[in-house]
Amino acid sequence: MTATPIRARSMGTHLTRLDGHEKVTGRATYAAEHGFTLPERPLHAWLVTSTIPRGRVERVDASDALAHRGVVTVVDHTSARRLAKPDDAELAVLQDDAIAFRGQIVAVVLAETIEAAREGARLVRVHQTPADSAPQVVIEDGEPYTPEAANAGHEPDVVQGDVDAALARAAVTVDATYTTPHEFNNPMEPHAVTATWDGDTLTLWDSTQSVHGVAAVLGRALGLARGKTRVLAPYVGGGFGSKGLPHAPEMAAALAAFAADGRPVQLAVTRQQMFALTGYRTQTESRVRLGAEPDGRLVAITHDALSQTSRYKEFVEQTATAARMMYAADARSTTHRVVPLDVAVPAWMRAPGEMPGMYAHEVAMDELAVACGVDPVDLRVRNEPEVEPETGNPFNERRLVECLQRGADRFGWADRDPEPGSRLVGDWRVGLGMASATYPALFMPGNTARIRALGDQRYAVDIGAVDIGTGARTVLTQIAADALGVEPGRIELSLGDTALPKATVAGGSAGTSSWGTAIVLAAQQLRADHGDDPDAGVESSSTSEGYPDMENLALHSFGAVFVEARVHRWTGEVRVPRMLGVYSVGRVINPTTARSQLLGGLVMGLSGALFEDGYRDPRHGHVVTQDLATYHVASHADVGDLQVEWLDEEDTAATPMGSRGIGEIGIVGTAAAVANATFHATGTRVRALPVTADHFLG
Amino acid sequence: MKELTYVRATDAAEAVAAVAADPDARFLAAGTNLVDHLKLGVATPGTVVDVSRLPLAEVEPLDGGGVRIGTNVRNTDLAVHPLVRHGFPAVSRALLAGASGQIRNQATTGGNLLQRTRCVYFQDVTTPCNKREPGSGCSAIGGFGRYDAILGASEACVATHPSDLAVALAALEARVVVLGPDGERRVPMTELHRLPGHHPERDTTLAHGELVTHVELTGSDLALRSTYVKVRDRASYAFALVSVAAGLELDGDGEDAVVRDVRLAWGGVAHKPWRATAAEDVLRGRPLDAAAVREAVDAETRDATTTTENAYKPAMLRGATTAALAALAGRDLA
Repeated sequence: MTATPIRARSMGTHLTRLDGHEKVTGRATYAAEHGFTLPERPLHAWLVTSTIPRGRVERVDASDALAHRGVVTVVDHTSARRLAKPDDAELAVLQDDAIAFRGQIVAVVLAETIEAAREGARLVRVHQTPADSAPQVVIEDGEPYTPEAANAGHEPDVVQGDVDAALARAAVTVDATYTTPHEFNNPMEPHAVTATWDGDTLTLWDSTQSVHGVAAVLGRALGLARGKTRVLAPYVGGGFGSKGLPHAPEMAAALAAFAADGRPVQLAVTRQQMFALTGYRTQTESRVRLGAEPDGRLVAITHDALSQTSRYKEFVEQTATAARMMYAADARSTTHRVVPLDVAVPAWMRAPGEMPGMYAHEVAMDELAVACGVDPVDLRVRNEPEVEPETGNPFNERRLVECLQRGADRFGWADRDPEPGSRLVGDWRVGLGMASATYPALFMPGNTARIRALGDQRYAVDIGAVDIGTGARTVLTQIAADALGVEPGRIELSLGDTALPKATVAGGSAGTSSWGTAIVLAAQQLRADHGDDPDAGVESSSTSEGYPDMENLALHSFGAVFVEARVHRWTGEVRVPRMLGVYSVGRVINPTTARSQLLGGLVMGLSGALFEDGYRDPRHGHVVTQDLATYHVASHADVGDLQVEWLDEEDTAATPMGSRGIGEIGIVGTAAAVANATFHATGTRVRALPVTADHFLG
Repeated sequence: MKELTYVRATDAAEAVAAVAADPDARFLAAGTNLVDHLKLGVATPGTVVDVSRLPLAEVEPLDGGGVRIGTNVRNTDLAVHPLVRHGFPAVSRALLAGASGQIRNQATTGGNLLQRTRCVYFQDVTTPCNKREPGSGCSAIGGFGRYDAILGASEACVATHPSDLAVALAALEARVVVLGPDGERRVPMTELHRLPGHHPERDTTLAHGELVTHVELTGSDLALRSTYVKVRDRASYAFALVSVAAGLELDGDGEDAVVRDVRLAWGGVAHKPWRATAAEDVLRGRPLDAAAVREAVDAETRDATTTTENAYKPAMLRGATTAALAALAGRDLA
């Protein structure tokens, strides 16, 4: 059975966030707080981490730590429970003496108070021996290789046509290299977990984007029988990809709890530790070459992307994939190379691939517009493909041009003088820039929803999804209500628990699409099984293995971002008083929560454009801008008049709700629009993020 | 964090005696910096003596338009005080350019002056730092250097002092009133902090146990016509890349106006607030224009030492100093 499209009644309305009251009144219980709800008082865990990038742990001397008041035990690689399957090197915590990066967990201190645990960690003496050969910690040190696949299974290299010949013939060319630095997800709630063992059953309250994913991965590694790992995540304070898969701290908490003599253990990762242990976006270097006719029509596109990974586990940012589908050109080449280093492994960060890739591509497009003397909006319109360039599949709802045109109208683009550096207001050089945005409409199979009739047209809807702050709890309630044809108040939704039916990760902007489709399918199954007025107690459950016709349709969302940037003529400071994003994302299920997601994406894109910069010390091997005082994210004062809107649409080819995902597209293209606006303001082209004040000094 | 003894002082002399007698004791004011250091293991005192409740939280007028500021006056209260806003706008603006609203509500005047560098290596106990651990080496040299000093640094330390308030007070020639075991003394603001030399572990010229009780400012036309310009990537909640506190007196009007007197101090460039006296000397008696400002800043930064990481700072100082003086002159200096 496949779900069929449903009629929108609650969908599209501003249903107030259902857990808003709990959150703002402090009643919502987050992962590290569950210890206090348990019958037995928890022990507090503190991580001890390596201070060399490569080598061995000779000995962990815990004598001073154990002598400190309140410290109960110290777990290290000699005492930790052995994993059944330690094949994921990131999760093979405390399994041997190897040090693969600086900041790796080498011991866990358990104590009666958090202060004692932290002091105990300070008192642990870790004797480390550096490796004989010098560690390689910066990308310049290593040798790139071609990966078998980039993140999400993308082909590393795709070539269409004769790129070199096309570039040689092209009337106008752009050939430039763009870089982005290491960026860190930094959700407001740091990674945290409360873990407890009851015999051979492990229970975790985890700050995660995927309870079933954590249970499956940890349970397998620990060798636990099916159903013996329970993970709960009732509330999560943001993830941005960094909580998409379990990281080392979750395993550390599970292993520490195993050594805690039956007591629960709670672990909150510090902000500094997050810079080594919970994933990040690798730095990227993109060489982009564009060849065009004099009127700006592209004949060739190349995007060669370089990034870094860790030597102990591979992650390849799919930086060049957006260039495979964005614009028309007969010749096209996209490649990924990656350098393995003795560093913490990168992972997902909001729009992996599209964020750094579209930054590079869209700044290159701005350079092409200047080179051709074509308006940047017109240039993009002229390069609209009729079908998806990589696959030849027809697009479903490719409405980029409408986004561009509506955005241009709303932003006053027509009044823009194309001459860079032409407008001075007071001491500020003022410029307008824009960029396109895109994100694939992903769908994850294998979600199960269960719906039980409670009588009187009330329904319990169960699915093991997670609301990481996006509003999933609210929008899934709206979807269930419309799928069952009742008011949202008649739905009792349960999520965030592996005791509920299996659900995939809150990631890839695919959560609502994938979970919602399963709920719609279960609702339609319930109606088929039990009719329109089912007796209390009857239930149906369904697993959605597929919905959209992804084999034959190119399903993507699109957007256009417009930015006004001001650059101070004396100090070079960059400020962004105005931003507008116009999006085509299918039906918007809840305008309040959707607007918040898109605004947040724009702010994060602004932040990446102007501030975020993880500096890895080439001598020490770790990121030294490792707190929010030195790793800057946008503050309130940096966010001016920020507007988002979306086209009125419903895309029932993508989901039965007519929606597509919205979690990531807001960050895509935004940094390019900001960078392009600073160029227009000053005439100075900055090709390395972040675009800081020092680039604009006279 | 290391266990410590907490003592709440009820009297300034008692607080001074308690800290002076114990090399392992530290004063605690609002704690916006020290408490972070306790958690990070950057500071491990055996005793903290809390002086935040001492009755030193008044702003009092002095003869001639001056003010006497108690050490426990909160940054927010000081910034909005009418005597300060009117008589010393650079002080008010410097305070409001610092930290966040929440921190300003908590942080005190004395604590602000005695806050420690935000050099990333100073705050990371896993890396060498001469300021934190004398003799261990300086990780900032050859490392993350965007905020490093360009003036007066040493081979032992290239850290900058993070306070905005201190820069404004240095320009306006404030005095710091200090209570020690042997009584009270007054220290010119420009002599409170020191250059690192071979002892970067010492931020100031204060002896262990000396407590800042007040800051005094003398009223003047220079102070009345003063301002503070802070340059930073982020619009709020960021330490200065560079900053400028300036006071200006002009003879004449418009483009013919001549600098009668000027005060300049810079932040973000040295281990202490940098009073730019060489720049002042160039400007005094000159018509105020962009060329004069450039010449003045270049005179002061002639001996600057830069790396690729902080090479932007002299140019940024030229721009920021121009912007500050243009604002005080009320006209464009381009």
